[in-house]
Amino acid sequence: MMVVNHNSISRLTTCIALTALLIFSSSVDAQSSYQSVCRDTQPKMVKINGGGGVRGWEAYQSGFCISADGLILTAWSYVLDVDSVKVTLDDGQKFDAKLVGYDPKIEIAVLKIEADGLPHFRLDAAVPAKLGNRILAFSNLYGVAAGDEPYSVQAGVVGAITNLSSRRGAFDSAYRGEVYLLDAITNNPGATGGAICDRKGRLVGMIGKELRDKQLGTWLNFALPISSIVDSVQEIRSGKMVVESKPTGRKPSEPMTLDLLGLVLVPDVVDRTPPFVDRIVLNSAADSAGLMPDDLIISVNGNLCTSIQAFAELLEFIDRDSTVELMIRRGKQFESVEVRLGQ
Amino acid sequence: MNDRLLPIHSALITASCFLLLCLLSANETVGQVDSAVSSESQLTDFSLPPALQAAEQQRIAAIAKASQTAIGIFGPGGNGGGSGVVISAAGYAVTNFHVIQGCKEFMKCSMNDGNLYDAVIVGIDATGDVALIKLLGRNDFPFSNFADSDNVQPGDQCFVVGNPFLLATNFQPTVSFGIVSGTHRYQYPAGSILEYTDCIQTDAAINPGNSGGPMFNIDGDLIGINGRGSFEKRGRVNVGVGYAISGNQVQYFLSHLKSGRLVDHATVGFTVATDSEGVVRVDSILEGSQAYRRGVRYDDELVKFAGRKIRSVNQFKNVLGIYPKGWRVPVQFRRGEKATDIVVQLTGVHDPEELISIVAGNQQPKLKPGEKKDPQEFRNDPVDKADAPFKHADLYEAKRGFANYQFNLANRDRVWRAFQQQTDFGEQKLAWRLIGKNSDGEPVTLVLRDDKSGIQTANETYVLDSNLDLSSQLAPADSGGFLVAMHLWRTFLIQGPAKFGDSVYAGQIPIQNAAPMEMMTSTQGVIECNLFFDTEDRMLKRFEMFPDLDKDHCEVSFADYQSIEGLSFPSTIRFQSGDFEAETLQIDRVEFLNNSSNETGTDDSVKESSK
Repeated sequence: MMVVNHNSISRLTTCIALTALLIFSSSVDAQSSYQSVCRDTQPKMVKINGGGGVRGWEAYQSGFCISADGLILTAWSYVLDVDSVKVTLDDGQKFDAKLVGYDPKIEIAVLKIEADGLPHFRLDAAVPAKLGNRILAFSNLYGVAAGDEPYSVQAGVVGAITNLSSRRGAFDSAYRGEVYLLDAITNNPGATGGAICDRKGRLVGMIGKELRDKQLGTWLNFALPISSIVDSVQEIRSGKMVVESKPTGRKPSEPMTLDLLGLVLVPDVVDRTPPFVDRIVLNSAADSAGLMPDDLIISVNGNLCTSIQAFAELLEFIDRDSTVELMIRRGKQFESVEVRLGQ
Repeated sequence: MNDRLLPIHSALITASCFLLLCLLSANETVGQVDSAVSSESQLTDFSLPPALQAAEQQRIAAIAKASQTAIGIFGPGGNGGGSGVVISAAGYAVTNFHVIQGCKEFMKCSMNDGNLYDAVIVGIDATGDVALIKLLGRNDFPFSNFADSDNVQPGDQCFVVGNPFLLATNFQPTVSFGIVSGTHRYQYPAGSILEYTDCIQTDAAINPGNSGGPMFNIDGDLIGINGRGSFEKRGRVNVGVGYAISGNQVQYFLSHLKSGRLVDHATVGFTVATDSEGVVRVDSILEGSQAYRRGVRYDDELVKFAGRKIRSVNQFKNVLGIYPKGWRVPVQFRRGEKATDIVVQLTGVHDPEELISIVAGNQQPKLKPGEKKDPQEFRNDPVDKADAPFKHADLYEAKRGFANYQFNLANRDRVWRAFQQQTDFGEQKLAWRLIGKNSDGEPVTLVLRDDKSGIQTANETYVLDSNLDLSSQLAPADSGGFLVAMHLWRTFLIQGPAKFGDSVYAGQIPIQNAAPMEMMTSTQGVIECNLFFDTEDRMLKRFEMFPDLDKDHCEVSFADYQSIEGLSFPSTIRFQSGDFEAETLQIDRVEFLNNSSNETGTDDSVKESSK
């Protein structure tokens, strides 16, 4: 004998109605609404071509405009790690893009092209997705679209909202925050940086990288909620986490040096050698701050440094008596470390 | 009737329940979820708004209709296989070339009615990865209609039906739903062939075994033939990126495939590249090509091709790739400020021998020294008929260059017999004298005879000797060989395709925006002739004579057929070659003279008539 609570029945009815609406309502006008969302969204999408091109490393990815004057949001990846990144608009116009800045912790980057009046998504108008929401995914998967050819569009449902870190052992990802797991196969080669929209065409997320479960060999289809991205984009727009920004102000008379920190980097053999730690001098400031061999220096006091040379230049602007804030990557994890010379 | 659809209904209900549980479990206790399950009767009382019910009914009806026509295809011994779709009550079905490549001349096809049918190969388009087969044993097969695939838009709902992973052991096909992800996609050839041009991209699941199967729009009408997916490092399973050959491309090729030939795709004699400003320009051109003769030169801007604006190289390849060899397309090119419109006849991409080699599964046309071709590999070598189902064995005839010569003969005879039923020239072997006027009102007389033919105008007289090389007697000047064309026209009408020369039914081709006409090609010596028959009144409307494929040919069109001595004769004959202005002859009278018995020969009979 089951006791049926009146309250739960009314709630149940609501749920049934909601479920039915979720499943059926979208299919009624899906044909026309999907078409119009596609038409409205395509002009905001850009094709990005850069580094890579060797086996298994595609030289292209996806991205979209986030301002009328040519700011583009995309994923931070090796594709952007070249001097000349090309951006192609929906109408086929090609631009050389400048890497404005990036946030290695969540693997996003912002590019800039010299253009105006571009159709774009407003990040402040983005909406969060709910479990079961229908979505449309726009990306240049497999580099299918070239020139003025439109992006590929796929339909799906937000199947789960969870933290990627809960499966860290299986999925080798720098990003650890909240993700939308999708039932459409969105995360194909070249799709990273693509846009996820709800069925009204409102921006919901950005397609994440290709992630493969190490044990099972399965691939994860996920997107980063815009809410997890927007702060980093704001920081980049306000001048932090910006590439090749020279610290302002005068150089101190007694600047910080590698020797003083007790840091020995790998030999600087090529242009833009990444600043990997080779050795740590025993009992040095670096040692007591917990730095370790093989750490990669990402930023110094909020300034990105992509090379040993850039790192050394940044140190020249830091007084040896002040604290140095380093962001480092250790394996796939990012950590903040404060280093201060011993008294 | 809807029994077959039960799994789909139950899947939807399962999905509803699952979602319901998800929603409930977010803020309800387990006990309350139990009560939800127990009160399932609530679900049955629940009625949906009429619009939703209508949408659901539309989908159910579309799937019911479409899945009747999808077929599974199996090679001999049940090996290999894929999918296909029936497109006519007579049993013609479209599939991928790569599906039937492993089959011999006959294959087995499963249908949703639970029956297995014999089928025979009809035509092959190896470049476009399409093959036409014919199911046998019925004349009332359920079939799908084509929808105009150029109307398909990204975001449209679509579904694919087929036999993925060869799951359909009970012959009932698998249906997967999705949306159109992209249209007018260009996919580079896999290997040296299987180029997918102007194709439709979908996120509906296309897996191995779906190859050759249909893609339908939400109304259950055919919009494409599924053929490949992007797989790469993910392994050969669906990754939400499948491609279908557009239904329109299939329709352009359909009559050509029905001709039983190994049909070829087209080239235009020039290639294009995008310059630094993004303008598509001609970057190489063959001097022997028709496009060159019409004035296209290196570095000209290609503005429009076959009615579509060209803004990228892929777009050009897309448009070019959907037409069969022999198609006529309008081209607009621009040099400086001046735009020029021309019409170009497309030529074949492959050498016929190359095509034969590709279809035989030998994709490297050049063999290494000492390497032997395995005769077993060649579809068109004589086959052991004992393999074929005995009762249908007469539906296949092997011939080099053909997928099934039997279908070519049948179509050639069909077109010719239909013409002969209108008018039969077979017994009219006397000399023909055609008396009329040209467009200036000046008298013109044509005498056509077995051994000699002649034309006389107010100022000039030309005579050709049929015992000499016709390709060197191309009078009158700048006509491309009008007299030769008329001489051969008469010969063909009297002899018919079988005796005239090597005559092949080629399929239907539209000429200058008019309705497509049945085309027959016939070769006599070095001279190639194309004959076009109206599909409505069955009459011969056009005769093209190519004395040399690198030179402008003579086009003769016939209109206003009138009855003369029990025969239908065209009273308007118009001819043209290259850039020269067309000339129209109005024929007032036709006389039949004693053939070669007249000792004075054609010259005299021409003169005689002009008195």
